[in-house]
Amino acid sequence: MQDAIIELKGVSKFFDDACALADINLSIKNGEFLTLLGPSGCGKTTILRILSGFEKPSSGEVRIAGICMNGVPPEKRKVNTVFQNYALFPHMTVAQNVGFGLKMQGLPKDEISRRVAEVLRIVHLESFASRRPAQLSGGQQQRVAIARAVVNNPLVLLLDEPFSALDFKLRKEMQLEIKHLQRKLGITFVFVTHDQEEAFAMSDRVVVMDQGHIAQIGTPEQIYEEPENLFVARFVGEINILEAQICEVRESGQYGAIIDGALFPLRSRHTFAQGDKVMVLLRPEDLKIGAPDETDGPCLAGVIEESVYKGATVDIFIRLAGGQRLMAAEFFNEDDAEINYNPGEKVSVAWVDGWEVVLPDDPGHTDARHGRD
Amino acid sequence: MIRAIRMRVMGGTSRFFRIAIALSSLWLVLFALAPNALLLLVAFFTRSDEHFVTPVLTLDNYIRLFDPTFLTILWDSARLACIATVICLLIGYPFAYIMANVRPNRRPFLLFLVIIPFWTSSLIRTYALILILKSKGLISELLTMLGITSGPVSFMYSDFAVFIGLTYTMLPFMILPLYASIEKLDRRLLDAAKDLGASSWRAFVHVTVPLTMPGIIAGAMLVFLPALSMFYVPEMLGGAKSMLLGNFIKNQFLVARDWPLGAAASSVMTIALILMVLVYSRVSRRGVRNREGGRGSGGALRSEGGMR
Repeated sequence: MQDAIIELKGVSKFFDDACALADINLSIKNGEFLTLLGPSGCGKTTILRILSGFEKPSSGEVRIAGICMNGVPPEKRKVNTVFQNYALFPHMTVAQNVGFGLKMQGLPKDEISRRVAEVLRIVHLESFASRRPAQLSGGQQQRVAIARAVVNNPLVLLLDEPFSALDFKLRKEMQLEIKHLQRKLGITFVFVTHDQEEAFAMSDRVVVMDQGHIAQIGTPEQIYEEPENLFVARFVGEINILEAQICEVRESGQYGAIIDGALFPLRSRHTFAQGDKVMVLLRPEDLKIGAPDETDGPCLAGVIEESVYKGATVDIFIRLAGGQRLMAAEFFNEDDAEINYNPGEKVSVAWVDGWEVVLPDDPGHTDARHGRD
Repeated sequence: MIRAIRMRVMGGTSRFFRIAIALSSLWLVLFALAPNALLLLVAFFTRSDEHFVTPVLTLDNYIRLFDPTFLTILWDSARLACIATVICLLIGYPFAYIMANVRPNRRPFLLFLVIIPFWTSSLIRTYALILILKSKGLISELLTMLGITSGPVSFMYSDFAVFIGLTYTMLPFMILPLYASIEKLDRRLLDAAKDLGASSWRAFVHVTVPLTMPGIIAGAMLVFLPALSMFYVPEMLGGAKSMLLGNFIKNQFLVARDWPLGAAASSVMTIALILMVLVYSRVSRRGVRNREGGRGSGGALRSEGGMR
């Protein structure tokens, strides 16, 4: 456990009577890039504000570098924040902004200017030192905010949706830049976002949050490929949900199940008994569409409803014989005529064996499925 | 698009627009610019016993201002106004800060408290102060009742009474511009300062004070300039001891009948005022430039100034 720089133990937070965080247990490793991902109101920003000291947990313990931080005010924590709207001091130059933390520490002037120059070089702003924030572009202001935080050599850097004010292209650039900066500095980053692509692109580990609970912790691949519950599966991308019933229990997590009248082999880490209702989760890009007679394994019969050209991919909507609607995504290939399905065309739908995720049946899932129809 | 709309609106009301501007300009020229111009002119004329002034040009009036008596009066006035301004700032800043930080539904009440005094003439309010400060007045009786003093005490006719009077009269002019600029302060900047290791006090010194400086300067000017010339407060509360710039000018016009000297003293004050307004507008323009989106508090003086 020496490795953990931050530990949250049973942390709960109530605002008046509303529960913002419920019994959060989380350990963040030193040098890790960890992202808190979730919809607005899920508690991710509350965790960040508890780490920075601006909120006090209602119960539970927060440890940073092994020391209990409960009751320690923000200015006494070796933690710095990059705020959502940067919160740069408008009356100070870039260099004064960046040097503010060092000045508060009471360092000598020449050391402050040396370290400020050094960090401004890292974020490519050395020629902007004497400008004021209002004279900088959004991306440059963002860099100043990051420089102002990292110059203090914090144990942990907290980033609260720092890219929300940037346009799409700049955001992509900054994502890579931040990721490289983190590797270079070796500082632990805790990043908050509601954008799953952003989370996946940057993080070592992702914590998916839902209504004050942790829904899943894992690497981006684990979160996307092996969602532990329906919330995670839905939140991190498009997902198709098929209802199935277990009809055969084979050895070591292998089952046979009936989906839409056909028998499919399934694999799952969960344990089911014969007759259990389950959900089979499939990503659109994992579905294979073929001619009705062409597949050799089990498959579902359906009719093409619509195909939507997306540039690199085509989204294909299929109505199954049982009435359910599926979405498949295929890479667009101009030489391949096969992908040009016409509405009304009969097809078969299958997937690579073992790529499915099987979860116990959740009565709530049907609402969203009908919503998509 | 917004410009197009605005142009259409202006085009539709352009006659009203021109009449409104013409009327207010005329008013200001007749009753503000003309008297001041006359004053500047009279300051170069010669005193006359029959017609107050004769149009004989001279610099004598300004030279007479270098008389030690006048310089003492000038110095005393500046000192008194300065101290009154500092007291107003020390009382007004916490009040404005609290007003800007309480729940929004409580602000109208606090604002109300600041504005109530305007319902009564300040002359009458100064008389009311006499009742409180005089021998056997409210404070005196209270102190006697509590047994702190054995007999009646008077606080009248002292610098202390003048400070109380000036501070009381001028405090709203300090609070309103301060409130305007504190209320605009982005609280997230204080969070950022604390996050970077600043204690509450240092965050206040390094972030709050510089960012509310336009409000501080506006408030200080709105207090300092009137305090310099407000003749009735020192006269009523300070007695004959406090001869200040305002009293001096008043006396030249109404008692000594030396219009040119009064005009010269008055123009010195007007020029000082103009210089200070220039300094203020420079400072507040820098404030505007510093703020993103240019939402500076440069308007604080102008908008609050209109209340007088």
